[in-house]
Amino acid sequence: MSIVDEAKATVKGAVQGVMQKAIALAPDSWIPGGVPDPLIRERHGQTGRPVSRIDGPMKVAGQAPFAAEFPLDGMAYAAVLFSRIAKGRIASIDTAMAEAAPGVVLVMTHRNAPRMAAMPPFMSSAKAAGGNDLPILQDDRIHWNGQPVAVVLAETQEQADHATSLIEVSYAADEAVTSFAEAKAQGTKPGEFQGQPLKLAVGDAEDELAKAAFKVDAVYKTPRHNHNPIELHAATVGWDGDTLRVHDASQAVAHVAWSLGHIFGIGEDKVRVTSPFVGGGFGSKTLWDHQVLAAAASKLAGRPVRIMLSREGVYRIVGGRTLTEQRCAIGADADGRFTALVHTGTVAMTRHNAMPEPFILPARSAYQSGSFDLRVDVAYVDMIANTFMRAPGESVGTFGLESAIDELAVAMDIDPIELRLKNEPEQDPTTGLPFSQRDVEKAYRDGAERFGWTERPKTPGSWRDGEWLVGMGVATATYPYYRMPGGAARLTVDATGHVTVDIAAHEMGMGTATAHSQVTADRLGVELDQVTFNYGDNVLPGVVLAGGSQQTAAIGASIIAAQTALYTELLKLAGNDSPLAGLKPDEVGGYRGGLAALDDPSRHESYASILSRAQRDSVSAEGTPPMPLELQHWSMHSHGAIFVEARVNAVTGETRISRMLGSFDCGVILNPKTATSQFRGGMIMGLGLALTEETMFDERTGRIMNPSLAEYHVPVHLDVPEIDVIWTGIPDPHAPMGARGIGEIGITGVGAAVANAIYNATGRRVRDLPITLDKIVD
Amino acid sequence: MEFTINGSTRTFDVDIRTSLLDLLREHAGLPGTKKGCNQGACGACTVLVDGERINSCLALAVQYQGRAITTIEGVGTQDALADIQAAFVEHDGFQCGYCTPGQICSAIGMAAEAKRGLPSHVTQDLAADSVTLDDDELRERMSGNLCRCGAYNGIVAAVRQVFVEEVA
Amino acid sequence: MLTFEYTRADSAAAAIDLVEREAEAKFLGGGTNLVDLMRETIERPRALVDVTGLSAAIEVQEDGGVLIGAAATNTALAEDRHIREHYPMLARAILAGASAQIRNMATVGGNLLQRTRCYYFYDDAAHCNKRRAGSGCDAVDGFNRIHAILGASEQCVATHPSDMCVALAALDAMVHIEGKDGTRQVPVADFHTLPGDTPQVETVLAPGELITAIALPANPATGQTYRKVRDRASYAFALVSVAASVRVEDGSIADVRIALGGVAHKPWRATKAEAALRGKAPSEDAFRAAARAELADARPLRDNGFKIGLAERTIVAVLQELTA
Repeated sequence: MSIVDEAKATVKGAVQGVMQKAIALAPDSWIPGGVPDPLIRERHGQTGRPVSRIDGPMKVAGQAPFAAEFPLDGMAYAAVLFSRIAKGRIASIDTAMAEAAPGVVLVMTHRNAPRMAAMPPFMSSAKAAGGNDLPILQDDRIHWNGQPVAVVLAETQEQADHATSLIEVSYAADEAVTSFAEAKAQGTKPGEFQGQPLKLAVGDAEDELAKAAFKVDAVYKTPRHNHNPIELHAATVGWDGDTLRVHDASQAVAHVAWSLGHIFGIGEDKVRVTSPFVGGGFGSKTLWDHQVLAAAASKLAGRPVRIMLSREGVYRIVGGRTLTEQRCAIGADADGRFTALVHTGTVAMTRHNAMPEPFILPARSAYQSGSFDLRVDVAYVDMIANTFMRAPGESVGTFGLESAIDELAVAMDIDPIELRLKNEPEQDPTTGLPFSQRDVEKAYRDGAERFGWTERPKTPGSWRDGEWLVGMGVATATYPYYRMPGGAARLTVDATGHVTVDIAAHEMGMGTATAHSQVTADRLGVELDQVTFNYGDNVLPGVVLAGGSQQTAAIGASIIAAQTALYTELLKLAGNDSPLAGLKPDEVGGYRGGLAALDDPSRHESYASILSRAQRDSVSAEGTPPMPLELQHWSMHSHGAIFVEARVNAVTGETRISRMLGSFDCGVILNPKTATSQFRGGMIMGLGLALTEETMFDERTGRIMNPSLAEYHVPVHLDVPEIDVIWTGIPDPHAPMGARGIGEIGITGVGAAVANAIYNATGRRVRDLPITLDKIVD
Repeated sequence: MEFTINGSTRTFDVDIRTSLLDLLREHAGLPGTKKGCNQGACGACTVLVDGERINSCLALAVQYQGRAITTIEGVGTQDALADIQAAFVEHDGFQCGYCTPGQICSAIGMAAEAKRGLPSHVTQDLAADSVTLDDDELRERMSGNLCRCGAYNGIVAAVRQVFVEEVA
Repeated sequence: MLTFEYTRADSAAAAIDLVEREAEAKFLGGGTNLVDLMRETIERPRALVDVTGLSAAIEVQEDGGVLIGAAATNTALAEDRHIREHYPMLARAILAGASAQIRNMATVGGNLLQRTRCYYFYDDAAHCNKRRAGSGCDAVDGFNRIHAILGASEQCVATHPSDMCVALAALDAMVHIEGKDGTRQVPVADFHTLPGDTPQVETVLAPGELITAIALPANPATGQTYRKVRDRASYAFALVSVAASVRVEDGSIADVRIALGGVAHKPWRATKAEAALRGKAPSEDAFRAAARAELADARPLRDNGFKIGLAERTIVAVLQELTA
């Protein structure tokens, strides 16, 4: 960094600091969420109801169209060839045989690809969606083992796949850093996340640790992971003149449209990205090379293109979660109050992305402590750029933190739940902000009672059932509330009273369309079947990432803003002859198919009546919510307690999970049916993280060696017991609908809860994920 | 090549290498059957051939000429869902919906296998005449169908309701 | 995948004749492994002769043995009532393998010929003597947690992935083979080969030879089982598996058969352990000593040393269960 840059950064930091202080100290009423969402009090029977998914019948009938299921006239099929070295140059590439193969339309390499700007990497600007900052097929440089080096278009997929095997590539390899140890030896740098350093010190934690009455201090390791949504990454693309049409599988349609516009040098208004259904994302369905390759090849060939990566292809060019090596040390006084909390360590990253897996996030707010030392350092590896995967940071950070707390409880001979509750903070322990809502103790007490925690063996290894050793473990789940800037929504009411929501949001199975149809029905006072929720299209209002569990808040706030705008329009149309005459937008609410005065529901007029009198077919209004300043005014976090009963086979070391319960404190639950699935889904991914999942990165070559669902073990049916899910349901008064997002918290805490249960069952402490049988029995 | 797909006889002229999965998705206009790995490791492509469940991605179409193939489109339609489809909706046996057609076809094949007494890896008494489909039996028998969203509990509940409780 | 000629054979003789005529021809069973390997261009046949129409009969012989047509599906064999009652380890082994969908497709003959799951065998960018003779072996110093501890060579440390074959090896099953020069029979335990210097050779089949049937000898009434240890509860390959049967007469072991899966390039018949047990009184100590005798020659690699203890404990547990 130059002196000028440093000075700029210092000034920027100072300005940010002042702003942050001002927001923190501002009166609640100035802040979004300062006045609780009226929906928390006033519901009309839809919000909170276990409605079945509105897109359910379509999905179970096989009629929901996914990205690779839009046939376009004259479409060619794409196949990708991947590099076999981690770093260097393409010395030669012979495409003649491939070009001559039957059905081949085009072979695209760096020699003939259209000129394109490099990927705008995620978070480098508001709508950047790229997994890295690299140019795609623009030169002969290789940056990772598996990078695309050629694309074949052919009349059929079979022909395209075959032709890639006919391309001869020779490489001139450069020295690559593919071992984590070597990367660390070459020097690490402090990690930065969302513009903030991943570094925080309060007091002298090492000194406090040294003086502590009780302490634990250990290193925990988590491996690379891949998202593995069952839908392969795919896109169907075509050009109409200089307009690009993309049928994508995306959790960021507006971001992808802008980014593709940037890459191809066209305005984002020349890019249309739709994604009505996404076959799972978990952080992976953003912009990677495949959409760009398909669009470039389509441009070159003058034909629409379908690209569907092979499963290996997904591993080669879509990044996953990186590895972490975490030191977690806790010091406690004789009563168990934490005096020192150290959570530091190193993660692998590339020089072409900015995602240092922020495993210290849970430690920033989960517990009080007399001192803190939190830090993430980055070691640079030549590999596919790592990325966000469900609960980045928290999923693996809670493994270290919550295992360490369990170890401390063992050292102190104290119940691990009591130890945690002794360290419940009064206010955010590192920012000092008040909590918006935090009922961790209730989540723990309710969960413990329902799970039968008192039956837990006091002595590890003491509960045996035949060959099986049985134990129980618990851990805290935690994930922050986020709301990102960029939300916007349009509401339309027609003369039949039907309400349409338009917002560029996403449905990857979270139940977005269902839950927000329920909320909208309640807000506008109509029946559920009178609401249509349009999403998954970048021409709709809003820049709404389905990530960071922020989509619910972003949609909620956007609809609130649109609702105010719509009421303004409706009151104008209602005029002076309406029972509503003279009322202001904030004095009315949706009620029985129309608007009513909040303090006198008899002052009511239906939407149909208002529109008919005004001789209008419909009325629309768009709203943009305020900037998410609530995040700097309150400490907003969801929590949960994960309970696990594990059975470990004394002969083989195989672990099977026999019972599992999640007790969550996430505010209002909008739809108990779809929410339960979200929690369970996260917890099951947590079981995979705990027991079986590992992306095997060969440190000699930088190549992923198990790019397959046969060799990368995600949990199967028989791995998963019936999972009990409960929640406090206590509203967060400062979040839209009183709800915090729930898509990610389920995976957090599970790794530690399983490890702690295995310790309780066997007396064996495993600090290295996944806990495969060889780590339990020698 | 001639096939009977969902009751209709249809003829295709395709590349000899075409899998049954790609035949359905790319040539027969039936994309309800999904591609999740193309290597027999996820079960998203499960279809029924003469009533038996198979992975259509590992099946060369040419090998299945003349056979009766049932895909999700032949199980029931949006307006007239089969019981098992309706139960998947009721019990939230999916999130993204991508593995769902395979799960449903697999469940149908599974029920037929259990009915004729085929044991599974978790069956204690291999010689027994009939199978009692407890939850572990259902889980083991459905383990060839991955669900990354983790809707396993809902799937088991749906399958239990339709193929265990209603049969009992 | 390379394009290929496809023919469906209506007799073994016709199938052999077809493969004989076409260079680079292969027999096609259920395709569950071959189609995957063709897609990976590891297998590159130019002609496929579909043998799924040949004998799939499962017939009890006069001497009490069973003759199984090679085209029988894995499911059909596991479902057969005689097999379930008299050869339960075989039914259990089959049901422990793959998924229901794959078992419905896969044939018995094809199961014998399935190829290793070694990561480096599957990756075209890796060195693998099995895929390209003489190119080296990246598994020896790489990820080898799933690899062999017995009978491996410097050229190859891969394992055979079948469950069914482990039970067949323990049951003294015979492979019926037909070629242009006639028929022959080979014990399953001798059918697969150790890698040595030619890991690309995996069985004793000569080019053009077809597996037509598997014969199970009459089974003496014994307790038998198959136990599979794996990373997931289901739908995963064995880290270690044990097929075993024991017959105890007058307090001593009259007959014992043990075969191991997941430990070698072939289903591993544990003859040393069997010899150590014959005539002995069943006891945990005897079982452990026998298992150790078998595993004395085991050689761990970087990641798979755990398999030695795991195999020992699993053998002991299985024998204890069968003699309890």
